Amino acid sequence: MPRKSFRQALNEGLRQEMRRDPRVVIIGEDVTGGAGATGEQDAWGGAFGVTKGILGEFGRSRILDTPITESAFIGAAAGAAVTGLRPVAELMFVDFLGVCFDQIINQAAKFRYMFGGKARTPLVIRATYGAGSGSASQHSQALYPLFTHIPGLKVVIPSTPYDAKGLLIQAIRDDDPVIFLENKMMYDDMGEVPDQSYTIPFGEASVPIEGKDVTIIAFGRMVRTAKRAAERLRLLHKIEATVVDPRTTSPLDEETILDCVRKTGRVVIADEAYPRCGMAADVSSLIAEKAFFHLKAPILKVTPPHTPVPFAPSLEKLYVPLPSRIEAAVKSLFDEPAKLVPERTAY
Amino acid sequence: MPNDELSLPAGSDLLQSDDVPAPSHTSYRRPAAAAPMPRAAMLSAYRTMRLIRSFEDRLAVETGTGDVPGTVHLYAGQEASATGICMHLTDRDFISSTHRGHGHAIAKGVNIDGMMAEIYGRATGTCRGKGGSMHIADLDHGMLGANGIVGGGPPLVCGAALTAKTLNTGGVAIAFFGDGAFNQGTTAESLNLAMVWNLPAVFVCEDNGMGEATSSKFAVAGEITARAAAYGMPTLDVDGTDLFAVHEAAGKAIAYARAGKGPFFLHVRAPRYYGHYTGDPDTYRSDEEKAAAREDRDCLTIFRDRVLRTELLGEGELDAIDAEAAVLVDAAVKAARAAPSPEAGELTTDVYVRYA
Repeated sequence: MPRKSFRQALNEGLRQEMRRDPRVVIIGEDVTGGAGATGEQDAWGGAFGVTKGILGEFGRSRILDTPITESAFIGAAAGAAVTGLRPVAELMFVDFLGVCFDQIINQAAKFRYMFGGKARTPLVIRATYGAGSGSASQHSQALYPLFTHIPGLKVVIPSTPYDAKGLLIQAIRDDDPVIFLENKMMYDDMGEVPDQSYTIPFGEASVPIEGKDVTIIAFGRMVRTAKRAAERLRLLHKIEATVVDPRTTSPLDEETILDCVRKTGRVVIADEAYPRCGMAADVSSLIAEKAFFHLKAPILKVTPPHTPVPFAPSLEKLYVPLPSRIEAAVKSLFDEPAKLVPERTAY
Repeated sequence: MPNDELSLPAGSDLLQSDDVPAPSHTSYRRPAAAAPMPRAAMLSAYRTMRLIRSFEDRLAVETGTGDVPGTVHLYAGQEASATGICMHLTDRDFISSTHRGHGHAIAKGVNIDGMMAEIYGRATGTCRGKGGSMHIADLDHGMLGANGIVGGGPPLVCGAALTAKTLNTGGVAIAFFGDGAFNQGTTAESLNLAMVWNLPAVFVCEDNGMGEATSSKFAVAGEITARAAAYGMPTLDVDGTDLFAVHEAAGKAIAYARAGKGPFFLHVRAPRYYGHYTGDPDTYRSDEEKAAAREDRDCLTIFRDRVLRTELLGEGELDAIDAEAAVLVDAAVKAARAAPSPEAGELTTDVYVRYA
C-alpha cells in the first residue's frame, strides 16, 4: 500500500469527493491564495498546503477564497449546506472559532432540530488545532471539547493519514454538520493510505495496540504519544497496554472504551485539550458510571495544565503531554494503593 | 411634496446601467398615474398584508391569555416590506428572516395554520413545535428561518445565494434584517462577502427605528444606506409604508441580482406598532410617536386610500379580504389550541440525520 502524508491523504480525499459530487465546494481563507494578487495563483493552497492543486483541477467556482471574515464565510457555508451544496469550509486555526461560534452552534448545529427535522446541513468545517509550533495562545488550542458539547455537531479527530482520508470522505458524505480537526504538528506524518476512495464510520474507535494490563485512551495527536508510551511500557516495564483511539468525540464509541476498560481494569486518558470539561474528564465520568466495579485503580488523566498555551519553547515543551507522562501515570497504577498519588493537576 | 418623487433621475434604469445610484434619503414612490401593478397582484398584496396584520393583532391578544409559551415579536406596521419584496419571489428563492419573522414567513407562502400551531408549541406546527415563533422555517418555500440571533441571517443568505449561483438555479436570496442588526459584524461582513463573490443576494434593512428598547438615533452611527453604498453596492431608500414603492424598488433590486450583476441593498423604513415583544409595555416611546405611527404611517390605510382614491380597487372587495383574513386567523388559532402537544419521544428526535 502506498505511503502518504497526512496532508496528501486529506488532499486526495477532497479531490475524490469533488470529482464524485459537483455539490462539494471548498470555502476558506487562502484555500488557494493569491486571488487578485499579481503573482502566483494557488500560491498557498491553504495555510498548511492541504488544498494545494485543487484550484488547477476544479477552478474558482469549486474552491472559493474568502476575505478574512470567519463569521460571514462559516455562516455562508452553513447557508449553502442547508440549501443544497456540500461545502467544506476551512477554519485556518480552530482558535478563530471565537469569531464565528454563533454560526456554528446557534445556526448550523440547530437547523434540523429547530426546523422539526426538515433540514439537512451537510457541512464540514476543517480546522487545525494543537500546540507545538511556537504559535502561542491564540493559534495553538485544542478546542474539540467545545464542539463536542453541542448537540447537532459531529466531531472528528483523526490520528493517522489512513484515518484522516477515510474519515474526511465520510464527513463530506454525512448529512449533518461535522467539525474535522487536524493537528498542525501531524501534517507530515506518513502512513499507508490506499489510492482508492473509502470511508470510516463515525462512532467506531480503533484499537491500534492491544494489551491485558492497562487501557490508554487518547485523542488526536495524543494517540501517537500513547503508542510510544505503550511501546516503552512493554519493553521496559513488562506492562501490556491497550491503546484506544475513539477517532470521533461525537458520536463517541462508548462500548469499545468500556470493553477495554473492563478487560484491563486500569485506565489512563490522554488529552491535549484543557483539563476542565475536556474529553479526559468526559470519558472519566463515563467509565466511573459504567465500569466502576471493574476498576482496580483510580482513573488517571494526563492533560496540559489549566493554562493558555505558552509561547517560549521551554514552556510549550512542558505544556503538551509527552510519552513519559503517560508512562509515569500508567506505572503509578501498579503501585501499592497507599503509594498511589495521582499526578498533581494545576487547576 | 419633497418626499413624493423618485430618488432616481428621470428615465434612469438600473437594469440598463452600471451606475450606482447615490444614497438618497428621499422616499421612492411611483407616481399615481397608471395602475402600478395588475389588479390580481394588488388584491394579492392586500390579502397578504391584511393576513399578516390580522395574524399579529390576534397574537397580541392571544399572548395575553397566557396560553402562548414564551414571547413573540410582532411585525405589525411593517407588512408592506415583506409583501412588496416577496411578491417577486418563488419557492426557488430563499429568504432569511429575523426574530420578528411572522410577516416574512406569511409573505413567503408559509401556511398560517402551521405557523400558529408552531407558535403555540403544537405537534402540528411548521416545525412540529420544536422551533417556536423565533425559528419558523419552511425550506420547501425558501424560508430559511426566523432567527433568534440578531444578525444571524445575512451570512446564511450569502450561502443560499452561493448555492443558487453554483448550481445555476436562477434563484436569488434575500436577507431581511433590522436597523439593530446592521450594527452586528455579521451583517457588515456579509455585505462585503456578497460583493466579493458577486452573489445574487438582496440585503433588506427594515428600519423601524428601534433595536429592542433603544432608538437607532442612539445606536446607529452614520447613515444606513451610506454604509451599504460604501461597499460599492447599489442602494435604494424606500418608504416602507407604501406597498407600491416597495414593490417597485424590490423589482429592480431582485432583477439586478437575478441577472447576475451582484447584490443590491434596500433601506426600507416602516414603524413597529407593538413593543419589542408581546408583554413589553413600550414606555420608551412617547404616546404621540406611537399614535402618529398608526395614524399617518399605516401601510394598510395608505394602500386602501390610494387604490380607492384612484379607483383601482373597490371598497367591497377590500372589506371582503379583511373579513376573510379574520376568519382564517381565527380558524388557525382554534386549530392550534385544539392540536396536540409533541409526544415525549420528540424531545430526542431530529438532533441529527443519523447519529451512530
